[in-house]
Order: sequence, then structure tokens, then C-alpha cells
Amino acid sequence: MGDSQYSFSLTTFSPSGKLVQIEHALTAVGSGQTSLGIKAANGVVIATEKKLPSILVDETSVQKIQCLTPNIGVVYSGMGPDFRVLVRKSRKQAEQYHRLYKEPIPVTQLVRETAAVMQEFTQSGGVRPFGVSLLVAGYDDNGPQLYQVDPSGSYFSWKASAMGKNVSNAKTFLEKRYTDDMELDDAVHTAILTLKEGFEGQISGKNIEIGIIGTDRKFRVLTPAEIDDYLAEVE
Amino acid sequence: MSIFEYNGSALVAMVGKNCFAIASDRRLGVQLQTIATDFQRISKIHDRVFLGLSGLATDAQTLHQRLVFRHKLYQLREERDMKPETFANHVSALLYEKRFGPYFCQPVIAGLGDEDKPFICTMDSIGAKELAKDFVVAGTASESLYGACESMFKEDMEPEELFETVSQALLSSVDRDCLSGWGGHVYVVTPTEVKERILKGRMD
Repeated sequence: MGDSQYSFSLTTFSPSGKLVQIEHALTAVGSGQTSLGIKAANGVVIATEKKLPSILVDETSVQKIQCLTPNIGVVYSGMGPDFRVLVRKSRKQAEQYHRLYKEPIPVTQLVRETAAVMQEFTQSGGVRPFGVSLLVAGYDDNGPQLYQVDPSGSYFSWKASAMGKNVSNAKTFLEKRYTDDMELDDAVHTAILTLKEGFEGQISGKNIEIGIIGTDRKFRVLTPAEIDDYLAEVE
Repeated sequence: MSIFEYNGSALVAMVGKNCFAIASDRRLGVQLQTIATDFQRISKIHDRVFLGLSGLATDAQTLHQRLVFRHKLYQLREERDMKPETFANHVSALLYEKRFGPYFCQPVIAGLGDEDKPFICTMDSIGAKELAKDFVVAGTASESLYGACESMFKEDMEPEELFETVSQALLSSVDRDCLSGWGGHVYVVTPTEVKERILKGRMD
């Protein structure tokens, strides 16, 4: 059990230079449901599987894609409860920025603040890292933007990215399909096709979620009916 | 006597065509006694935003230091300069934090925004903004400045005429106020350059 003696205090490096608790957090993300995001020329789309533990769960009560500000949305792979904590903290940060400058928070700033919270939870006592990775989609003066934030607190800007189960398959698929001049509608189609690749069972408007933001800078989660329309176009 | 009138001050900002001017007097007094005649009330936040602080000099200096500090942090964090509107909102928020023990200052903010659109505004000591599209005034000479600016202001002035107008308005107003005066300090800001001029005035 080489690494296990270093896996309790999360502030202790193992001799191989790893922080095992963070690795475990990444494993939690890797076994979570697939999420993906694509940055198009005129907007961003984020999408995720919404597999419920039982058919008896009311699917309208589950919202995996959330708004942080009117022009920024977020989706996660990993642990749902951890995600809610991060959403609450991010929204508060966005409001504080707005109170100070009377201006919507730029996407980069909100991502940086959120990543800073996640980093703090890898170094503080009595807490554990977040078991989630985030995909943040936003549109501001710098155009459409897509960021991924990991449990370690590192963040990257992507043209298209995926996380959760089947990451590697999904990323290969996106690499093949992605073009720089893609329009938002094409991006939604690509997102659906990518989800479909690794999807177990029949895909429908009720078991996936899609959020889009275009040049109107209003982030919006598509309704099941709208998703069904897109699904019909794809087939 | 109000604490706002302890040191004496006169501040004015005026809008021209794709440019603006901001000017102040140079006197620092303690009531009727003059202490200095080269006092600075206007400072450059960055190339396109200027801040003037009327009122109690000690608070003006402290507030100036805090705002410069905050703006430097903003520049590092966001890798850009603050827009004039954003800066004004920031000043307002900072002042209201001290709602029940305010800085005894009335700020004047002037800047060039996107597409070189001039922006001017003033606020009271607890950060209630007052936006104007022609001119704003502050300080112990504000009443006479209102009169002078109202009669001298014209729309869409070019930088040179704007300088002349602001200077005349300032010099004639401080002559009607015994707490401000002793020359003036005028900045005329265009999209390409900042012109700073010192005015000589009556020394009484």
C-alpha cells in the first residue's frame, strides 16, 4: 500500500510528489456522469447526461446545469452536493463583484475566484477537496468562453472539452468533429452526437441536459421539448 | 463651519467634443489662513480617467491612496484599465462603506470611455452619484462655479476652447470665494494626449 500512508492528511505529499487526496477526487470525477462543452463562433453549449437512480425519481426536479449570472452557466461531473456548494459560493462572488463595480463579472474573473475556492479546499484543515470538475460557459466583452475547473483548482480555457465517464472517447470524438467556424446550432448537434456515443440506453429530452449561450448573452437551459427538437434534427 | 469647508477647494469638470477638462484651485488653507499654494486635488488614475477630491484635505489624500491602490490591484487582476463608469461605481461603493463615519470629500470623476465618449460625474461624501452631460462642480466655490459654468458652457467644444472656458470659469469663481483660489490646475484630456497647465491667479 505504498501511497496509502499518505492518503489521510491531504496536505502531505507522497514521496512520488503526488497529493493522493486530489488524485482520489479526480477519480470521483472520472466515474461521474459525462459532461461536455463546445465553444462555437457565436456562443457556447454545455451538455450532460442526466441518469437517475430510479425511474420513480421525478426528472423535472433535477437540474444539473445551473446559471451563475445571467451570462454565465455551469455544469459538473462528479458529486452533486459538492457542486451545489460551489454554485452557491460562485454566485455570491458574482454578486459581490456586481455590487462593487455595477458591472457583470467577466467570465475569467468568476472562473478564477471559483478555482481559488477549490484550491483552498486542497490546503485547509478539516476539509476535503471537491469531488467535481466544472465546465463554465459564458459570453462577455471577450466573446464566448469555455473553461474547465478541476478539484486541484487548476483551470483551462477550451475550444471543446469533456469530463466524467468516457472522457477519452468523448474527447477523441470532439477532436474529430470540432471546427473553428462552427455555429451554435452545429455545436448543439455535435454535443448531442458526442453524448450519444457513450450513452447507455435511449437518449431523450428527459435524460440529457443542454445549456446554451449565444450573442444575446443570456444563458439558458433548454427544455426537454427543445432538446427533442434537436434530437429529431440529428437523426 | 462645516468640516467640508475647513481647507477650501474648487473643482470643476467639463465635457467637450471627444474630450474633457478637469480643473481645481491650488490653495490649501486652515480656515482663513493659507498654508500652501501648490496643493494637488486632481490625480490621474490612468491615461483616460482622472479623479478630483474636494473637501477635507487629509481625507482627500487618504481616499486617493486607497483608490490608487484598489485600481492597481484591479489592473493586475483583470489586465485592463477601469472604465470611467466602473471607476465611479467603485468610488461610490468605497464611500458608502463608511456610511456612518464618512470621508469628508466630494469627488469629481472624469474620463473617456469606449469610442472616446467623455464621462463626468460627482458624488456626495457617502457615494450618491450625480451624472451630468455638460459639467460638474464641487468644493467651497461650487455655488459660483455653477453660475460661471452655466453661462459659459457650450456643447461640443474643441480642446483649446474647452481649456479656455474651464479656466475662465474657475478663475472667476474662486474670486468670489475666500477659501479657494491662488491659481488653478487644469487637465485637458483628448484620446491622444493629456495637456496639463498651471494657471496664475489672484494671490488673496
